[in-house]
Amino acid sequence: MKPPRFAYERATSVQAALQRLASHGPDIKLLAGGQSLMPMLNFRLLRPLLLLDINHLAELQQLQLLDDGTLRLGALLRHQQVLKAPQVQQHWPVMAAALAQIGHLAIRNRGTLGGSLSHADPAAEWPLLALLLQARLHLASAEGSRCIEAAEFITGAMSTALQPQELLTAVDFPALASGHGWGFAEHARRSGDFAIAAAGVLLWAEAGRITQVRIAVGGGVEGACRVPGAEAALLGCPLGMRPEDAVLQRVLDALRASVQPNVDLHASAALRAQIMAAMLRQALLAAWARLPGTGGTDQRSGSHA
Amino acid sequence: MHEAKAGETRSETRAPESGAELGEFADQEFVPIQLTVNGRRVRQLVEARLLLSDFLRGTLGLTGTHVGCEHGVCGACTVMVDGVSARSCLMLAAQTDGCTVQTVEGLGSMQAMSPLQQAFQQCHGLQCGFCTPGMLITATDMLANDHPADEAAVREGLSGNLCRCTGYQHIVQAVMQVAMQGDAVASKGAVNAAVNEVQS
Ligand SMILES: Cc1cc2nc3c(=O)[nH]c(=O)nc-3n(C[C@H](O)[C@H](O)[C@H](O)COP(=O)(O)OP(=O)(O)OC[C@H]3O[C@@H](n4cnc5c(N)ncnc54)[C@H](O)[C@@H]3O)c2cc1C
Ligand code: FES
Ligand code: FES
Repeated sequence: MKPPRFAYERATSVQAALQRLASHGPDIKLLAGGQSLMPMLNFRLLRPLLLLDINHLAELQQLQLLDDGTLRLGALLRHQQVLKAPQVQQHWPVMAAALAQIGHLAIRNRGTLGGSLSHADPAAEWPLLALLLQARLHLASAEGSRCIEAAEFITGAMSTALQPQELLTAVDFPALASGHGWGFAEHARRSGDFAIAAAGVLLWAEAGRITQVRIAVGGGVEGACRVPGAEAALLGCPLGMRPEDAVLQRVLDALRASVQPNVDLHASAALRAQIMAAMLRQALLAAWARLPGTGGTDQRSGSHA
Repeated sequence: MHEAKAGETRSETRAPESGAELGEFADQEFVPIQLTVNGRRVRQLVEARLLLSDFLRGTLGLTGTHVGCEHGVCGACTVMVDGVSARSCLMLAAQTDGCTVQTVEGLGSMQAMSPLQQAFQQCHGLQCGFCTPGMLITATDMLANDHPADEAAVREGLSGNLCRCTGYQHIVQAVMQVAMQGDAVASKGAVNAAVNEVQS
């Protein structure tokens, strides 16, 4: 399996890349980590005229903690760089837990945040995280730039709001209000494979009741998505050692009612629905146990299926 | 285009064919690159679509890097690029301009094997040897940059490299052996440092 013929150019600045995209967008493929693009080229699923290599754009490689606590990640940061960043390990533990599940070290060493979001694989970790953490994406083109919510950016499995002349430059992750409980769970056939299903949960509580809930799952036909029905089922629940069984049931029913599971070689719809429910349950219990005031003991679970 | 200097590799590349299909990008189908491979400087004009794995094997004759799946899943082609492991089937040779690449040939020689290579030999960490170059490079990266704490971490670290022969047990043993030696060296270093501090 060898890639088809194409030309290669190393972009020297974001401006130069945007000019190229403006004049030849549809003929060009941006080459970031290459961990999704290169397999597609090797399989000859794509035939771009030009590969525009953006790996040398230092402007896209910054990790910044802004004054308001927002984490701004350059689109070209590698999965492994983000995963190992002390700021991420400290303030976004759910991100670190999810990124550790992406492929293997050699894949994480090269694959980038921007590449994963632009590729939008329905089982990928970054789109799920972007929805869960309500990320805002910065898109640039020769005409100017725009900033859109993750929910607007991800329009379905393998489909995004990115235009052919646009470059994803950075992604903002707003600070999470303190005192949250988090959980992430994923199931794959073997360690490092794409998830069959994954779930992330964030919970906040006040005065003994759940006040805010965010739930995102991956593995659906439409790609990663939030599950508002399941979130609503948890609002107002009293804290205790664990959520009541009836509440858990309502959460999982809401998941089944709103997310249509993807079907592929690895899992039928029924199996994937079951695994997705199991992952959501696991992530929810882990988030619950991490909430201050639940008396939870299991502070570690939820990062592995 | 590029004059070869003494000590540099420059093999013949076929002349660019007419690039009509690529339209106005036709003159960017061949890319001059200069990189360091196992400590040796290499200059070459490469076709843009040439995979790093094929460049290493076909152009430079470094056939220690193996090619299994060509889509990133088997790990046989793993090499070090600028100090970290990467799949050479998922990189273009053109991308490595200015890079430092290390292949299995650069880890050690028959006369002077690296500690990891010795451990593979001692523990019988290979049978047919097809997966071995990728295993060695992956383990080298893991030991240097990801510090596996226990056997589970070693197994996780090797999970991206497929072996069809050994059943993995002896590979894991070999890597564990070096990881523990590393710990011994590190803790000995710490003890020495503490002793020095006390003495000074
Ligand atoms: C064996 C293997 C296992 C894997 N397992 C997982 C896994 O478990 N989970 C997971 O999430 N991923 C997995 N991946 C995919 C990996 O995470 C990729 O790195 C990621 O999907 C794409 O990122 P990239 O930087 O490699 O992008 P590339 O492959 O370079 O590009 C992907 C697409 O995005 C476009 N693009 C890239 N950057 C930008 C940008 N800044 N702006 C606009 N468009 C852009 C490209 O043009 C291309 O269309 C795996 C890959 C392999 C080979
Ligand atoms: S040949 Fe590169 S990973 Fe299999
Ligand atoms: S020794 Fe034969 S594939 Fe691993």
